[in-house]
Amino acid sequence: MSTVILMTVTGLGLAALYFLVASGLSLVFGLADVLNFAHGLFLSVGAYATWWAAGNLPGAGAEGWGFVLAVAFGVLAGTVVASLVELVMIRPLYSRTIEQVLVTVGLSLAGVAALQAGFGADPRPFPRPAWTQQVVTIAGARVPMDRLLLIVAALVVLGALLAFLRWTRYGLIIRAGVENREMVTALGIDVRKAFTLVFAIGGAAAALAGALAGVYSGSVSPTSGSSLLIFAFIVVVIGGMGSVLGSAAAAVAVGLLQQFVNYYGGSGAGDVCVVALLALVLLWRPAGLAGKAAA
Amino acid sequence: MSYLKRFWPVGAFVALALLPYSGITIPGLFDGPLNSPGALQVLALCLVFGGLAAGYDLLFGRTGLLSFGHALYFALGVYGTDILITKFGYPLPLAALLAVLFATTVAVALGAVALRVHGIAFSMVTLAFAQVGAILVARDPNGLTGGEEGLALDASRLPAALVGVVNTVNLYWLALAYLGLVLTVLHRVAQSPTGRVFAGLRDDERRVGVLGLDPYRFKLVAFTLSGALAALGGVVYLLLTAGASPHVASSDLTLTLLVMVVLGGPGTRFGPVLGGVLFTYLDHRLTDVGASGAVDALPGVLAGPLSQPLFVLGTIFILAVYFFPGGLAGLRTRLTALRRTVTPPPRP
Repeated sequence: MSTVILMTVTGLGLAALYFLVASGLSLVFGLADVLNFAHGLFLSVGAYATWWAAGNLPGAGAEGWGFVLAVAFGVLAGTVVASLVELVMIRPLYSRTIEQVLVTVGLSLAGVAALQAGFGADPRPFPRPAWTQQVVTIAGARVPMDRLLLIVAALVVLGALLAFLRWTRYGLIIRAGVENREMVTALGIDVRKAFTLVFAIGGAAAALAGALAGVYSGSVSPTSGSSLLIFAFIVVVIGGMGSVLGSAAAAVAVGLLQQFVNYYGGSGAGDVCVVALLALVLLWRPAGLAGKAAA
Repeated sequence: MSYLKRFWPVGAFVALALLPYSGITIPGLFDGPLNSPGALQVLALCLVFGGLAAGYDLLFGRTGLLSFGHALYFALGVYGTDILITKFGYPLPLAALLAVLFATTVAVALGAVALRVHGIAFSMVTLAFAQVGAILVARDPNGLTGGEEGLALDASRLPAALVGVVNTVNLYWLALAYLGLVLTVLHRVAQSPTGRVFAGLRDDERRVGVLGLDPYRFKLVAFTLSGALAALGGVVYLLLTAGASPHVASSDLTLTLLVMVVLGGPGTRFGPVLGGVLFTYLDHRLTDVGASGAVDALPGVLAGPLSQPLFVLGTIFILAVYFFPGGLAGLRTRLTALRRTVTPPPRP
């Protein structure tokens, strides 16, 4: 029983990471039709910026508020990079979907190489607060704190995103834009501002995921983003492009399935199962679980 | 003159086939003379990737399918042949045949599922399928693939003419033959009615459907043919590098193929080959240059990224997407147009 609980919490922790990466991807894709291969880069930028800040930024560190400051710096870096990418590279190619994908592909190749040049190809030890390494006992199972941290962070982001989409004017524009972009444009609203906004939000969430993945795995490497990115893509497709709630549900399904099958069916079997799930969902509902709708 | 225009590819092919007999040294481009094993090895790799890029272009440039899973079929060719030879002791021709047939079957099966969805969703599904291949290779089931270490090819079971540094020239000819085969197949397909349907699918799929043709079937044919060509390329690549490494199954390999095609000019006859050859050459050359002192002499901010070939190539690629949408193959028409605007028209 305690194994099942530990596996569930670990699976949910993984799901939290997937959700943080996938929510931004999903919004960007739903609104702007950009399949963003550079999203993994935002994640790595967040992770490295946090790592750098914990060692070099005055006031930041590996413990307590210093760590919060370091993560905040990482998230800020991810947001800035994502906004710049949208403004400088994606915007000139507005409505040329294939070219946009190509640019993000080039960016992901060049970005990973640049990170390698700057910080070396080998994984760096990531600063993590001591309390994340302690365990708590939940119903007889000893669960490491870092998984709970992941889950709480993802829940906060999910709540904030839903509130933003539901109760703010820009949230309304984004929801409407996902549903019918031409109509929003026809009503005289500059939907491109919303593009920058969703890129910034997605970059922030991905950077947070990068920092938390660093805490979870204890190290950071230039390629850590791309391996998470593929499963985030799967989550986005299963959840339905543009849907935040769909991404959350799909992330939970994928995380739990992967964790349990990997444990009981041997290493690697869970990853294969996830792809099989993707194939099934696509054959059954090509638009994903949620269809096309933000929120 | 018209003969020259028509048969220059044959001439180029013959020239490339005779190249190992020349001992010319091209300083700066290759370290040794052209017929040294080192230079021939790089050239052969360039030719293989030229062929692979051309095969990938059958999907991307000619049929309009953006697949992110091409590495899977390439890897099936590489690992399939390697495993059959090294682990089961099959002779090379049989192993290669079985591996290519298996990869083709997988391409039919997975293509049949993936082509049920359209556009970007198709890209993502192919990406996910290829990821399974990468995972399987990394997880090393029953010690078959060798995991992260890769699987060295058991050279004792190969024909003697393909083993050893002295015989690099034979591998070079093999790579050239592969490229020639791919180009011939693609050319024949492009001339055939099927090829016209492919182009129709790329330009307007709905219209092809309205004409009473089944887009799904034609796309599956393109997907399968492209997968088979990739697997065959995998066999040649395996012989050339004398082993399989997990990199061949990674999604990065597909992305580099995409970069080659876009750099060269998607949908053109020789553009993708040009892109593949140039990319592979630069990838090797920039690694050498990055390791030499030439880059270290630059200030630190520049030296770091410039020693990474992928940084340079990725940047070139991004610039190409903005400024040369037709790739290298489109450059000539653009330059002609430019020249016409620059030079004043002759007076009547």
